[in-house]
Amino acid sequence: MIRHFDTGGAPHFPPQTTVRSVMLQVIYALLPGVIAHAWFFGPGIVVQILLACGFALLFEASCLAIRRKPLKLFLGDFSAPLTALLFALCLPPLAPWWIALVGMFFAIVIAKHLFGGLGHNLFNPAMVGYVVVLISFPQFMTAWLPPLELASWAPTLGQVLSTIATGHPPGGLAWDAITGATPLDTIRSSVATGKMVSEARQAPIFGDFGGLGWEWIANWYALGGLWLLWRRIISWQIPVTMIGSVVLLGLAAYLADPGSNPAPLQHVFSGALVLGAFYIATDPVSGCASPRGRLIFGAGVGIITLAIRRWGAYPDGVAFAVLLMNMMAPLIDRYTRPRIFGQPA
Amino acid sequence: MKPRQIVIDGLWRQNTGLVILLGLCPLLAVTGTAINGIGLGLATTLTLVCSNVAVSLSRCLLRPEIRIPAYVLIIASVVTTIQLLMQAWFHDLYRVLGIFIPLIVTNCAIIGRAEAFASRNPPLPSALDGLATGLGFCLALVALGAFREVVGHGTLFSQAQLLFGDFGELLQLTLIPDYPGFLLAMLPPGAFIALGLLMAARNWLNSKAAQLSRADRSAVQPAVERTA
Repeated sequence: MIRHFDTGGAPHFPPQTTVRSVMLQVIYALLPGVIAHAWFFGPGIVVQILLACGFALLFEASCLAIRRKPLKLFLGDFSAPLTALLFALCLPPLAPWWIALVGMFFAIVIAKHLFGGLGHNLFNPAMVGYVVVLISFPQFMTAWLPPLELASWAPTLGQVLSTIATGHPPGGLAWDAITGATPLDTIRSSVATGKMVSEARQAPIFGDFGGLGWEWIANWYALGGLWLLWRRIISWQIPVTMIGSVVLLGLAAYLADPGSNPAPLQHVFSGALVLGAFYIATDPVSGCASPRGRLIFGAGVGIITLAIRRWGAYPDGVAFAVLLMNMMAPLIDRYTRPRIFGQPA
Repeated sequence: MKPRQIVIDGLWRQNTGLVILLGLCPLLAVTGTAINGIGLGLATTLTLVCSNVAVSLSRCLLRPEIRIPAYVLIIASVVTTIQLLMQAWFHDLYRVLGIFIPLIVTNCAIIGRAEAFASRNPPLPSALDGLATGLGFCLALVALGAFREVVGHGTLFSQAQLLFGDFGELLQLTLIPDYPGFLLAMLPPGAFIALGLLMAARNWLNSKAAQLSRADRSAVQPAVERTA
C-alpha cells in the first residue's frame, strides 16, 4: 500500500536553523555525558561548568558592550555557554575557580572577540582557553581524581566547593593524597619505565576498553554525538575520519609492537577523543567547510592526537591537534573547493 | 628632515618594534623581564648610534656596489666592541642575554637605518636618527618585558642589580605577593600574544588621537563658515 503524505506545492522552505537552536542542541547532546561524569567523578564537574558559564557570559557581555553590539541577541544565542561547557569538561573537577576565569578570558576575549566575534574566530575558543590553562598551570591541570568507586576519599558538595574556592583540598589533605594518574598517564609512565602495556592495564583504573568510568562517559558523549549526526547538526566526515584514523593507525602500531602501544579501542575510549571527534573538531567556524576538506581535517586531528600521545610531552593531544588543524583549515578548504556543477575541475 | 620629525618617526610613527616589526627575534626572545629588555634595548641603541655615524661618515667614500658588505663590517665591529664592553662591565647581564648580544648584528633594524637614513644624511642627523630609532626599539622591548614580567611572575624590574648595581636592589617590585605565576606569558606564544596586544594598543591610541584631532578640526570649521 502506498502511503500518502500531505505535501504543499513547491517551493518548500526548510525549517529555519538559528545559531541558538544549533548551540542548544549541542548542549542537550552533551548532557548525558555530563551526568555520567558527575556519576563517576563527583559533583565537581557541575560546579566547573556553572563557574565557566558565569565567567563566559560576563566576558561576552563586556566585549559586546565595548564593541557596541546588541547584548540580548548575542548573549541569548548560547554560543558562550557552549564554549564554557566544552572548556569545563576538560578541567579536573577540583581545579581552583580562577582557572575557569583565565581560561574563559582567553577563550572569549582573545580567541573570539579580538578576532571579530562569533563566526570569525580562527581557533576553537574552548580549546584555546584549555590549552592556555594547561600549559600555564600544569600543577592544577593534572590534579585528576580517581573514579569514585576507587577513591579513598569521596568529597561532599561542600568540600568540592571549598576546594574550588580556596585552591586547597579540605581538612589538610594533600593534593597527592586525593588525586591519581589518569589511564593515559599510567600507560605513558609504565611504557617509559619499560613495562608492557598489558602489565600497565592491570591497574584498577582501567575498564574493558579505556579507563574505568571514562569509557562510559565517552559512550554517552558518542550517543549524544550520534543524535547530533541524526539531527544534521554536525556532518559525518570529521567524527568518522578522526576516530577512523586513530583506530587504523593505532591498530597498525598495536600489531607491530603490542608491548608499547595500547590497543586501538583503548585510544578511542580514553582521554578526550570521543568528545573531540563529535563536539570540538566539528566546530563549523574554525574547522573546514568543504566535505572533502572535513575528511582531511578529521584525519589530521586524529593523526596528530595519536602522535602527541605517543611521542609528545603531554598524555593527551586532542586540544593541540584541533588547534594545529584549525591553522590548516583555510588552506585545506582552498585545495578542496568543490567543483561547480557543469564546469571543469 | 627636521630633528623633531626624526625623533617622532623613530620613537612612535615608525617604531621598529611595533610598526615596522624589524628585529622581532630579540624582541620576542629576551623580553622575559623588563630589565632584560632595557639591557638589550640600550645595547641596540648604542650600536645604532655608532653604526649610523660611521656609515654616514663613510657615505662619500663607498661605491654603491659594495655598500652592503661595508655596512655589515661596520656594524659587526661596533657590536663586537659593545659585546666586549658588556662582558667587562655588566657580566651578569651579559650572561643572561647570552647569544642575543652578538646577534644584534643581524637585527634588520640596524642595517635598515644604515641603508635608509645614514647613507643619505650627514653624521649629526644620522646620530639623532640612531638614537631615536634605538630608543623606540628599547621602548617596545621594555613595554613587552614589563608586561610579560608582571603577568608571568607578578614582579617588575626583578634582577635590576644586573644593570644598576646596588641601586637596582631598591628598584625591584613585587606587585602581587603569592602570585602563582602564569607560565604562558614566559613562553614564546605568550611573547607573540603580548606583542599583538601591544600593537593593538598602539593602533588604538593612534586612532583615538586621529579622532580627537578630527573632532578639533570639525569643531573649528563650522565657526569659520558661520562668520563667512
